[in-house]
Amino acid sequence: MTTTSPGTLLSPSPEPSPSLQPQGWLKYFSFSLDHKVIGIQYLVCGFLFYLIGGLLAGLIRIELATPIADFLPRQTYNEVLTLHGTIMIFLWIVPVVNGGFGNYLIPFYVGARDMAFPRLNAVAFWMIPPAGLLLICSYFIAGAAQSGWTAYPPLSITTPAAGQIVWILSVLLLGSSSIFGGINFIATILKLRRPGLKMMQLPMYAWAMLGTSVLVILSTPVLAGTLILLSFDIIAHTGFFNPTLGGNVVVYQHLFWFYSHPAVYIMVLPAFGLVSEILPVHARKPLFGYTTMVFSILAIVFLGLIVWAHHMFTSGTPPWMRLFFTIATAFIAVPTGIKFFNWLATLWGGRIALNSAVLFSCAFIVNFVLGGITGVALAQVPFDIHVHDTYFVVAHFHYIVYGGTVFVIFASVYHWFPKMTGRMLNEPLGMVHFVLTFVGFNLCFGPQHWLGLNGMPRRVAEYDPQFTLINQLSSVGALLMALSTLPFLINVALSLSNGARAGDNPWRALTPEWLTSSPPPVENWTGEAPLVTRPYGYGRPLEATP
Amino acid sequence: MLPIDASSNAPVYDELFRVLFSIGTSLFVGICGLLGYSLLRFRRRAGDLGDGLAIEENLPLEIIWTAIPAVVVLFIGIYSYDIYERMGGMTPLMDHSAMHAAMVAEAPTSGPSDAIDSGSDDKTAGTVISGVSTAAPTPPKERIWGGIGIANQPVEALTVEVTAMQFAFIFNYPDSKIISGELHVPVNRPVELRMKANDVIHAFWVPQFRLKQDIIPGQPTLLSFTPTRAGTYPIICAELCGPYHGGMRSSVVVHEAPEFEQWQQQQTPV
Repeated sequence: MTTTSPGTLLSPSPEPSPSLQPQGWLKYFSFSLDHKVIGIQYLVCGFLFYLIGGLLAGLIRIELATPIADFLPRQTYNEVLTLHGTIMIFLWIVPVVNGGFGNYLIPFYVGARDMAFPRLNAVAFWMIPPAGLLLICSYFIAGAAQSGWTAYPPLSITTPAAGQIVWILSVLLLGSSSIFGGINFIATILKLRRPGLKMMQLPMYAWAMLGTSVLVILSTPVLAGTLILLSFDIIAHTGFFNPTLGGNVVVYQHLFWFYSHPAVYIMVLPAFGLVSEILPVHARKPLFGYTTMVFSILAIVFLGLIVWAHHMFTSGTPPWMRLFFTIATAFIAVPTGIKFFNWLATLWGGRIALNSAVLFSCAFIVNFVLGGITGVALAQVPFDIHVHDTYFVVAHFHYIVYGGTVFVIFASVYHWFPKMTGRMLNEPLGMVHFVLTFVGFNLCFGPQHWLGLNGMPRRVAEYDPQFTLINQLSSVGALLMALSTLPFLINVALSLSNGARAGDNPWRALTPEWLTSSPPPVENWTGEAPLVTRPYGYGRPLEATP
Repeated sequence: MLPIDASSNAPVYDELFRVLFSIGTSLFVGICGLLGYSLLRFRRRAGDLGDGLAIEENLPLEIIWTAIPAVVVLFIGIYSYDIYERMGGMTPLMDHSAMHAAMVAEAPTSGPSDAIDSGSDDKTAGTVISGVSTAAPTPPKERIWGGIGIANQPVEALTVEVTAMQFAFIFNYPDSKIISGELHVPVNRPVELRMKANDVIHAFWVPQFRLKQDIIPGQPTLLSFTPTRAGTYPIICAELCGPYHGGMRSSVVVHEAPEFEQWQQQQTPV
């Protein structure tokens, strides 16, 4: 089989035969080389960290339910907000939308039997649990880092060193894992495509992952270098960023945001890709404007690399630089806008199934449009110098990363759970989950725009008593968000054993992962990999047959 | 939706806010309306297994929805640039080396000088700065002086040295040799804050002035504004600076001019 058909050239040859790999649930705790197992490992591991990060968010919202700092010790509060940000970004969103869905779907989308480097893939995943445990343990052993997920010096140099060093080590491990993943995706998408499959025939998520991976390998090393210099400042008392030794703290901010702004696109571009897969299937229409979608991803990748200083408008940057970064940032709205209009056009005239996957996807559009509009506003220097470092910014980025990406993660779970497990998720429970999440999220973060405009800075444990009521509303929203995970967890637990059988292709979808059994066999297809040249060929006779 | 305006650039800011808010709201309502309408109008009826129309692209439509956001974004950019210039933000002195040079240059004279000398100090600072950074022209005199830059002003500015530390602000009036934990300023007179941090990064924020500037150790920063409304407003540290960051607050008291004189007399010079 491997020699006769071109589609199977791609099977990594010196691999232990399937029988030597653990079977059943045990395989998810093994050093499996199967991209589907690794994808699910990323998803489940990421979700566990999401629960921990969510618990920390709950502690923050409890503290902020009263205007005085009365719930957590002040240092602990700063540790909690640092851990919350770090966990949610580096252990939940980035690994899940890249490593999780990327590993599961990309080999299908290029017509391969696995990723280009299966061992590197497994190594990349297995760096995450220790890095995450390290980070969380630091809280119990030496006290966690207290300087926020941004770790700005000199605060990060002057707060207790042990927690900060463990934080750096953990982020370095997670960054390396991310780089390994990025290299693997680029190699897989460019080099493992099934013969006959052209780049412009790839499903949109493959393009999104290609763009994201370019960002990952261009920007993550800069973060790694920066954090290594920071650790020298802490351990060896060098003076790279330490002003008392002649260092420059603003240089750190430039280097940090050179990664951490692209990191936003590392979190949202894959989400854009996933939505582009979900909407056409459930609207029974081709993805509108495929070509412009591809070019808008490339434009976002390029622009995303040259906007970092918009995080530093109050740091004392020269006027010309403020102007440049304002314009570059605002222009990201153009390719992003194209994508949103294309999704609306995809829905227009379709036969839209109003299921959980679609509702989460459409709520993503609503939330992200709001986050995008406040983003364009924040890009304007005169607007930003009032609301920078306030709850307006907190609201803005939660609308992007939670209202945007996390909603897409849930949409994707409802969409691909049948493929991954062979069982359907329960729709009524999905609706409950959706309503609680959507209402809770908007109640939690919507009012925070007002708080920021009116004078509440971010990262505080205490605030002006005039903001009490709005903060309590926000905390109630957070409570609803916490409750919303219950129907989801119950749904997953029940459906795993008792869900309706999904069959190979319950959504009658055309992308390649649906042209095999659910769950798929170890090398994805029992026969030759199908050649899918029209992944969005809805509304026309089936041309793409295996 | 915004706190009371108490500085000359706050009304300008509020104008920008209203424009952004109107554009943003119309876009948001439009997109959500379109989405909601599509979901209702094109929802799948039970038992319907058909597909939608196979429309894959429409070049004129795509050009339109590329061009419109581009034009909107360009308009917002140019408009906010204008606002920023009216606030005084585009004037030079943002260059740290220049500002540092300026501070060093005037250091020998500023110590013993009194209120009359400080005008010449400002001129010295101005020339050194414009010598280093000549990119932006000095704004015309009728421009509002606020924002973050410095400009040649018809009215002599009140200079206050601000020192930020964990977890307090200290205000030093070099002309009258007053040190205070609260910032007291007269209404309608430009104020120039020369800010330095002793330990970590802090930020000076007065929501009613719509102004914020980080205070950065090793790099003195400058903030200028003209208060326009007497009253007491909070000064808030907006950059995470340690366990008591949330408690790092002070007040700015904007006095009528005679009251300010009175306040100055009541203080004992150091």
